[in-house]
Amino acid sequence: MPQRENAERKSTRPVDTAADDQAAARTTQGERKAAIDADVDAILDEIDDVLEVNAEEFVKSFVQKGGQ
Amino acid sequence: MTVRRIMGIETEYGITVPGVRIVNAMASSTRLVNAYARHDVRGRQRNPKWDYSEEAPLRDARGFDMTRAEADPSQLTDDDMGMANVILTNGSRFYVDHAHPEYSSPEVTCPRDAVLWDRAGVAIMRRAAEYTLDDGVDQPIVLYKNNTDNKGASYGCHENYLMSRTTPFSSIVAWMTPFFISRQIFTGSGRLGVGQEAKRFQYQISQRADFFEAEVGLETTFKRPIINTRDEPHCDPERFRRLHVIVGDANMSDTATYLKMGTTSLVLSMLESGFLAGHDMTVIESVRAMSTVSHDLTLGARLPLTGNRNWTALEMQQEFWSLASRFCEREYGSDIDPDTAQVLHEWGSVLDRLETDPMDCSDVLDWVAKYRLMQAYRERDSLEWSSPQLQAIDLQYADIRPDRGLALRLELRGQLRRMVTDEEIEHARLNAPTDTRAYFRGECLRRFPDEIAAASWDSLIFDLPGHESLVRVPTLEPSRGTKDHVGALLDRAVSAADLIDLLGS
Repeated sequence: MPQRENAERKSTRPVDTAADDQAAARTTQGERKAAIDADVDAILDEIDDVLEVNAEEFVKSFVQKGGQ
Repeated sequence: MTVRRIMGIETEYGITVPGVRIVNAMASSTRLVNAYARHDVRGRQRNPKWDYSEEAPLRDARGFDMTRAEADPSQLTDDDMGMANVILTNGSRFYVDHAHPEYSSPEVTCPRDAVLWDRAGVAIMRRAAEYTLDDGVDQPIVLYKNNTDNKGASYGCHENYLMSRTTPFSSIVAWMTPFFISRQIFTGSGRLGVGQEAKRFQYQISQRADFFEAEVGLETTFKRPIINTRDEPHCDPERFRRLHVIVGDANMSDTATYLKMGTTSLVLSMLESGFLAGHDMTVIESVRAMSTVSHDLTLGARLPLTGNRNWTALEMQQEFWSLASRFCEREYGSDIDPDTAQVLHEWGSVLDRLETDPMDCSDVLDWVAKYRLMQAYRERDSLEWSSPQLQAIDLQYADIRPDRGLALRLELRGQLRRMVTDEEIEHARLNAPTDTRAYFRGECLRRFPDEIAAASWDSLIFDLPGHESLVRVPTLEPSRGTKDHVGALLDRAVSAADLIDLLGS
């Protein structure tokens, strides 16, 4: 049942209907992913800069009261 | 109705004071709210108090009231214990709730505005923390938009949807339960730790999932139910119910908040119209299913449904999407409003990407964005999942300081998609939405700050010079009091007394 619905979903979607569009969307998505991966190292360096210096103490002292 | 309806988000923030061993969270939260209240309307002589006269937190949607003696003290939310509690010019409520600062957004009419005024809340929290420093407090307060300390405590981010009273509560339970279980795959904010006390260091999709212990109930602070029955519409109870949703995570990602509000509103519309009659998606053992979905990063776990079906959460969401798109086609055809069309499109797009590879959603969904950061960090330094660095990343993802918060850093780098601009957020921090009663509330507070003694969602109480008694103006209709409705009147009023005269004439 869900599989059949999936097929219908893809075929009735107003976007990405034409095969060309789908290929284009895949390329864009691929490019975006590559760009994101290339930036990962920079982000990890940035985390090093902003991460609490004593991670263990920071995590231990993060104590909250229960809420709703 | 479509995705457009009266809605709002209330968020309790995690609060710490670095360097202080035993933090008095209530005192710090109170300081935070009071510091902001002093700046919201400069020179204001009084802070309008919250008006509790119409509140009924023990009213149960199933048709009976719990007595106050039966209630846990934490359920008596109408009992003002002298804690800070103010109404702001943007129509929101900023107060201390259960040792957390809480921001309740003003009433808005569409998912994008829900995102905007939710982010206004983040901006208000950030400002409030800065203002406490101006007040001479030397230890800064740091706030987190998350839902657990990973040591057993959880605090909420609740959604509110105004809906028709005629929709039977039993059908809300029947449909919203499977919807809430399965929507976690895009609403989850990610959490490193399994179980309420995070005894096992394993990454899961949702912050909140492991804190739900019942299917239906009135409680919000213990024995938390998937469907909360609190029945306080803050408007005409004959016509409306306010669905108070407590299962959601607090989201940093605009897209996650947007989808959370938009898809839930759309499913409610199908329910209200009777479109779902003849369909069924009942999950067997729904409480367990919450955790099953949240603990499964592959999205492959199958849930037992009635009728001998075994569906994944993704398949359930695909079915909801399919029903919603047929519903919109039948109801609106090509006349579909842009808000509903956008929700359908974004929802379908995210489901497609989740099906292909969940990691494709790292620029839109919190749980994926955070997981990707942790994975990369873990691989670079060969860390175990139990390492304090990874636990710190889990917490710091939700830190709302722009220089320290990891989600906000990702946004700055263009790696987490934004849906609203800084300028829009700043405007929403100071101004109410113009298309609900929040406009009347916010504008009265801005224009007549010293003549308003108290306010609530459904009233404003004026203390007019020369009048012995207070004047209560009920605002029971959420879609009235808009700029179209009262803007000209407010512009004509030269004083609060004048406004009251104009309203009466």
